[in-house]
Amino acid sequence: MSALLHVEGLSKRFGGFVALDGIELEVQDGERLGLIGPNGSGKSTLVNCICGTLQNETGSVRFAGKALDGLSSHQRTRRGLARSFQLPRPFASLSLAENLRVPILYTVNARGAGALAGAAVDARCRDLLGEVGLAEKADRLPRDLTQIEMRKLELARAMAAEPKLLIADEAMAGLSHAEVDEIVALLIRLNGQGVTVIMIEHIMRAVMEFSQRLAVLVAGRKIADGAPKDVVRDAEVVRAYLGE
Amino acid sequence: MRATPFILVLIAVAAAIFGIARWLDNSYAFFAGYVVVQYIVLGTAWNILGGYTGYVNFGITAFFALGAYSSVVLHKLVPTLPLPIMIVVGGAIAGLVGLGTGYLTLRLRGVFFSIATLALAVVVQTLITNWDFVGGARGAYVLRPRTAPLIGGDYMQYLFLIMLGLGVIVLATARAIERSSLGVGFAAIRDDEAAAEASGVPTLKLKLVATTLSGGFMGMAGAPLPFYVTYLDPASGFSLNYAVNAIAMPLIGGTSSWLGPVIGAVLVGGLQEYLRVTISSAVNVLVAGVLMVVFVIVAPHGIVGLFQRKR
Repeated sequence: MSALLHVEGLSKRFGGFVALDGIELEVQDGERLGLIGPNGSGKSTLVNCICGTLQNETGSVRFAGKALDGLSSHQRTRRGLARSFQLPRPFASLSLAENLRVPILYTVNARGAGALAGAAVDARCRDLLGEVGLAEKADRLPRDLTQIEMRKLELARAMAAEPKLLIADEAMAGLSHAEVDEIVALLIRLNGQGVTVIMIEHIMRAVMEFSQRLAVLVAGRKIADGAPKDVVRDAEVVRAYLGE
Repeated sequence: MRATPFILVLIAVAAAIFGIARWLDNSYAFFAGYVVVQYIVLGTAWNILGGYTGYVNFGITAFFALGAYSSVVLHKLVPTLPLPIMIVVGGAIAGLVGLGTGYLTLRLRGVFFSIATLALAVVVQTLITNWDFVGGARGAYVLRPRTAPLIGGDYMQYLFLIMLGLGVIVLATARAIERSSLGVGFAAIRDDEAAAEASGVPTLKLKLVATTLSGGFMGMAGAPLPFYVTYLDPASGFSLNYAVNAIAMPLIGGTSSWLGPVIGAVLVGGLQEYLRVTISSAVNVLVAGVLMVVFVIVAPHGIVGLFQRKR
């Protein structure tokens, strides 16, 4: 297996504060990676650097064999990198179907091959909404959705871009037990369809169930990376979460 | 309705309006009609940036007056130049300024972008006021031909016809944007720029398209102005009235659709013209202000918003 995502020596500072310090991370094609860490450890900053929302000062990000450095966020999305946001950020004035239309028109169709036209776009939007169980609300506005539906829309919109790699940034925060199971099942199903998934999460139950491999960030450094069962027993990880 | 039939309907409506004005044979009808249609063009141009992408431009007069003053310059250089060419040149200049302004200011969000555009209006006005060739602060006279080319009759009729033509072009463009992927991208930018970018929307490029089109159309709306007023000075070319109306009309009519600025311009512009001749020419300024306040409270999505189905 070749590495789909390759992060090398990535550092990011905000003024004098070092948010990320020499991060090394590899994600294999088709893998399910869990990324955990206490609040403020740099998880979202790492996602932002990988996705191009922020530009890292040093180090590089390679995706599918090509360097992404200097590319803007939308160019990275077109190369097959999709993300969901920690706090759902739907297009509030557009219906759910129209929300998914945006990535289809600007990502799938911009790639050229497999471009959809006219009614096919609309059908694809409704199919995707059906996959996450929102088919009946296709013509509603995001403000009519519940919290979990909002998360599902966020994931569906990321999926609409037909990514090779999906980064789900705390897609489950604030959801109930059953709802967490639902989202985990959804992400595992997507992975089964060939999408590599990085899941950033605080809910350990979900992380353990989902991840094939687990990486831990603490204060901008990666302190552990390996099989989930070993990582959660790692002395350094325990110390970071529970203290001395 | 597809694009071509829509344009044909627009042309038919414009032709009918022009026919009625000719049949009325009242020169005031042409003057008043010109102003209303000018505001349709100006309001729609503002709406392409302000309504579709959500970037509020206060610097309308900069683009409008650039169009007007480019006509003054062209008229001084080549007095026989046909008006449509002046409109194209004025639109191109204002569009380029729109592109440049966009490139410099679009990293600013929300109110900061608006303040930057306000500053642009002041900068352009200062430059024009100090440019002697176009009359500086004294202003410039532009004598319009006595009779209209092609159609005959008073030249004012020709100006009205030209403005109607511009209206057709601008409305057809606005509606085409709404129905294309460009419109979807604009709406995504308006709702959430970071999410739009993450969905593959090249936000900077799209915003530059919007500022260029918006600025260009404002310049086109302004290009015939010197012939309409025959005397143009910075105080009238950069009048706050244009800016207030161009923002108030889309807001009152509704910013989500091409129809909004049309309704707003006909309603507010028509009312202003009516009050100007019946009560006083100063009252018309009050109309836009009062109506805008009323609509922001009663119908924040404008008149079009009142009739759209509640989702």
